[in-house]
Amino acid sequence: MSDLAYESLEDVEFPDDIHTTSTGISNEKLGMWVYLASDCLLFGGMISTYLIYKNRPGEIAGLSGNTHKVSEYFDIPFTSMTSFILLMSSLTMVLAVNSVIRGDLTRLRLWLTSTAVLGGLFLGGQIYEFTNFVVNDGLGFTSNVASSSFFALTGLHGVHVVVGVIMLLSMLAISFGTRIRAEAVEVVGLYWHFVDIVWVLIFTIVYLIP
Amino acid sequence: MAIIEDQRPLELTTGHDPVAPEAPSPLGVFARPKANTGWRSWVNTVDHKKIGIMYGVASFFFLLVGGFEALLIRLQLSVPGNQLLSADLYNQVFTMHGVTMVFMVIMPMASAFANYLIPLQIGARDVSFPRMNALSLWIWLAGAIFFNSSWLLGGGADGGWFNYAPNAGVTFSPGTGIDFYAIGLLIMGIGSTVSAVNLTVTVLNMRAPGMTLMKMPVFTWMNFVVQVLLVFALPVITVALLLLTLDRMFGAAFFDASKGGDPFLWEHLFWIFGHPEVYIMVLPAFGMVSEIIPVFSRKPIFGYPFMVGSGIAIGFMGWGVWAHHMFASGMGQLSVLAFSLSTLFIAVPTGVKILNWMATMYGGRIKFSVPMLFSIGLVGMFTIGGLSGVTHAFAPADTQQTDTYYIVAHFHYVLFGGALLGMMGGLYFWWPKMFGHFLGERTGKWHFWLMLVGFNLTFGPMHILGLQGMMRRTYTYTSVQGFSMWNMVSTIGAFIIALSLLTFMGNVVFSYRKHRKNPVNPGADPWDARSLEWMIPSPTPEYNFAEIPVVEEFDEFWHRKYGHDENGRLVRIAKTEDVVESSDPVTVHLPSPSYWPLVLALGMPLVGYGLIFNLWWAVPGVILIVAGIYGWVMEPSTDPDAGHGHDDHHGEPDEPEATELAAPETVEAELVSASAGSTGVTAEEGDSK
Repeated sequence: MSDLAYESLEDVEFPDDIHTTSTGISNEKLGMWVYLASDCLLFGGMISTYLIYKNRPGEIAGLSGNTHKVSEYFDIPFTSMTSFILLMSSLTMVLAVNSVIRGDLTRLRLWLTSTAVLGGLFLGGQIYEFTNFVVNDGLGFTSNVASSSFFALTGLHGVHVVVGVIMLLSMLAISFGTRIRAEAVEVVGLYWHFVDIVWVLIFTIVYLIP
Repeated sequence: MAIIEDQRPLELTTGHDPVAPEAPSPLGVFARPKANTGWRSWVNTVDHKKIGIMYGVASFFFLLVGGFEALLIRLQLSVPGNQLLSADLYNQVFTMHGVTMVFMVIMPMASAFANYLIPLQIGARDVSFPRMNALSLWIWLAGAIFFNSSWLLGGGADGGWFNYAPNAGVTFSPGTGIDFYAIGLLIMGIGSTVSAVNLTVTVLNMRAPGMTLMKMPVFTWMNFVVQVLLVFALPVITVALLLLTLDRMFGAAFFDASKGGDPFLWEHLFWIFGHPEVYIMVLPAFGMVSEIIPVFSRKPIFGYPFMVGSGIAIGFMGWGVWAHHMFASGMGQLSVLAFSLSTLFIAVPTGVKILNWMATMYGGRIKFSVPMLFSIGLVGMFTIGGLSGVTHAFAPADTQQTDTYYIVAHFHYVLFGGALLGMMGGLYFWWPKMFGHFLGERTGKWHFWLMLVGFNLTFGPMHILGLQGMMRRTYTYTSVQGFSMWNMVSTIGAFIIALSLLTFMGNVVFSYRKHRKNPVNPGADPWDARSLEWMIPSPTPEYNFAEIPVVEEFDEFWHRKYGHDENGRLVRIAKTEDVVESSDPVTVHLPSPSYWPLVLALGMPLVGYGLIFNLWWAVPGVILIVAGIYGWVMEPSTDPDAGHGHDDHHGEPDEPEATELAAPETVEAELVSASAGSTGVTAEEGDSK
């Protein structure tokens, strides 16, 4: 049984807002696009910071801290796996959006949960990785500028994933209580895909390019 | 999202169950606010006009605060060897003056106009996200109060408004002032981002039928450019401020050269934001002047596409000139050359604007009302500021001028002579539309002339002082340096500016009293103006347009009033009274007021205090933010219990569809119902920031 009213289904094909917005894109979706455009420069600034600092750990003997680069300790296979997990969460997100458009609430909940779980796994991997750096390799946030900028960049991305997971779980909760709008899920999906794409960039720039 | 257009009537009269649905209070905590009068109606409002007025009042208050700081600076510098302020206090005063004027006066005052006027000029009933609009106001205000509270909690920031490293580091600024700077600006940045997203979407999405982009008034266009600039510039300063916060509070060394960091990074990040910021401050005033000059010259704006195009060009090129603030930093010849050239180029679109304003006035029947005087003042004063700006583009000259009063003179001519004069003109121009009565014309002229004379007396001599070598940000000088006379003149000028502001406040009070005693409504169109906002009664009714206008031409309202005869001469084709709106709306559906934006915003400064003093303070802050977000999500953007017209609270259900569809036991379902819009999404966006 579908909780989606017939009218809402119709809205999927012919969203209300098409009649009332000048561009034909709903306000919410356009707002999310504009926000994501803004977020691009947030990551742009952080990535630039990392690129400037990544090769200058401990340049001044005795003053600027640990002489090791954080990139010396990267575990590429492990991070590749967590990256793969995050990329797969984009697939489940697409399936979630697809289910809500078809009005299939059961599958919507399934795919929302899987997306959130995959996001959580990625976060778990990041926490494991961070702990590894700090405990086994002795590279903390304040060890040198290279590690500071690495933790700041990946940490900022991690915060974005956390927010995304919270939004997914909120969507899940809302889907139990009320009639959920397909577009709401789609807009959260936009955010989620953006976070994934940014990770592809970070993984390439930070981990893969020497 | 919350505004239902007339074209889609609510079918009030056709068969739905007249029984009002149960309206559960959101989360069972707060009853939905309903007040239409008194302070509550302002605290809860999501109406873009009330929000605009609150932006205006608050920014004027901060203008007085920043102006007081300016007077302290001028008093300190009035005579050589003055000991009124200590060097430390002087550092704090000029820093707070700069930050206050930039982030708490010019930007929010522009926001006030943008909020009030953009929906009116594009023929909309409100912005696209009314509650987010309230949120950005409250976040900005919370951040501004938080920032200024540093005066009481250990002293203000003391690194200059651009707060260069390493001065901003803990070593050289061990107090909490810079922490307040970093976190205060982060908070205000969140507010500005929310508002920039909101207004960008509003301009793109909420235009009336027929209002294509190239039919939008220049004011709306310039503000649109500004909002897009904000969308892209704010994250850059956010990164800089985050890194600064990490440096100061969490032991990182991003800007600490002694630990491998790079003070240059701050300069670049700051000015990549900071130069677009200059245009963010001045373009709204350009837009206002572009509205005022055609009206008082009785000619259409000259070269409308070029006006718009030059605004866009300024917006684009503004991203390629930031390093001209850093010519003295030793960044290398090639960079200096490139940024010199781009800086010379950006003078071109600005010059196009100035020439277009003059061409608009040329041959017009100019009426020298107060708004027009301020606009002409802007054209003149900004040209002086622009020309001294061009002199900075030449790096060898700029190396001489860096950090002297010549720079101070330049940017005050641009920001005071440009932005503030324009916005003062805007106040006189739109006052009747906002409050339903004129500001006094005679007092207004006093205000203008005092301000113009005071302004030139204050900042004109600074050109000379700067070329003589007087350094800025130095708390005193000696009598043998030969700076004494012009500094005294400048101080006298500053007090004349203060007098002009007092005149303005007197004008506000007395014109209001006069209006109370003898109310004369200025009518919808007191200036015989051109754009849509003059088609609706003054003061603007709560619902803006009873009927959304269908736009056919640029300057639509003017073309409804005037046409051309066979000789191409201007002839009136309709009486103003026949063109302006008079019908009473019955199916206007306004967004309902809400507490949640305020609740969310209140949490932000608490988190700030927590970071600075004691993390426990952050706990209630985080609770308020989370409660605010989820309260927001669970609350429909339109109160199911509210009425339709502007005054008919007859308690009929707003959402007949929802009422019909929802089963009685799923009352909650109505909270996030289909027609209530995607409240969840709106809030999630807030969430992600």
